Amino acid sequence: MEDETQNVLIQFQHGSVEAFETLFRMHGRAVYGWILRIVRNATAAEDVTVETFWRIYKAHARFDPVRGFAPWARRIASHAALDWLRAELPTRKTDSEMVEDLAAPAAADAAVTAEIRLKTALAFTRLPPKLRIAAMLAVVEELPAKEVAEALGISVAAVKVRVFRALRLLRRDLQRQGITP
Amino acid sequence: MNAEEQERMTRLLKAALPPVGNDEPGRDVWPAVLTRMDGQAAVPWFDWALLAGLLGLTALAPVSIPVLLYYL
Repeated sequence: MEDETQNVLIQFQHGSVEAFETLFRMHGRAVYGWILRIVRNATAAEDVTVETFWRIYKAHARFDPVRGFAPWARRIASHAALDWLRAELPTRKTDSEMVEDLAAPAAADAAVTAEIRLKTALAFTRLPPKLRIAAMLAVVEELPAKEVAEALGISVAAVKVRVFRALRLLRRDLQRQGITP
Repeated sequence: MNAEEQERMTRLLKAALPPVGNDEPGRDVWPAVLTRMDGQAAVPWFDWALLAGLLGLTALAPVSIPVLLYYL
């Protein structure tokens, strides 16, 4: 089985579309799930998944079968999702559409009012995409900093710095709106 | 921002944005990936028209070849 997988990876490296489809069937769902965690919109996540696998195929010659497909795909997916977040900014939607994407919880912390949750969610969308993606994965999705660092291609220390800066900017934004977190 | 403030902000952010967890796409996106691959592999018609124009120009006026090479 392991030999078979290795064979698929080598064939993919040589540009085989069949091997690529096999890898898509094996990893497509996980890649989509990863992207969804970042973009938080099912339709956008599907589009970014297509973009990610297109980038993966384009880069097949640079793929190293020894290092495994999943972490490599996840890194490409993170960059594609980051590009989506950047592109999304100028065409930003109405507040209600954004809230729909962010999907405020029904059973959230009772001490936090719906209005504060909404303002926090909106303030979060105003953060620079690089900070937003780090905070989304490390704080909201509670993924280990090492995993986030590998996916973003940065150090663990850089992840922690980005999360700290994200929280600080978020706090300032809320304070400007008269909310003291 | 001290550690306590950071902790409060973390709690607030988690309350505002619940984790989405893992999910699966609502449709099979493989056909879209293939379409994307096919679309990118094809040479746009404009490129062919440009090439034809350049070949026509060099055939009609060979003197233009050094000029074209200069701009390449």
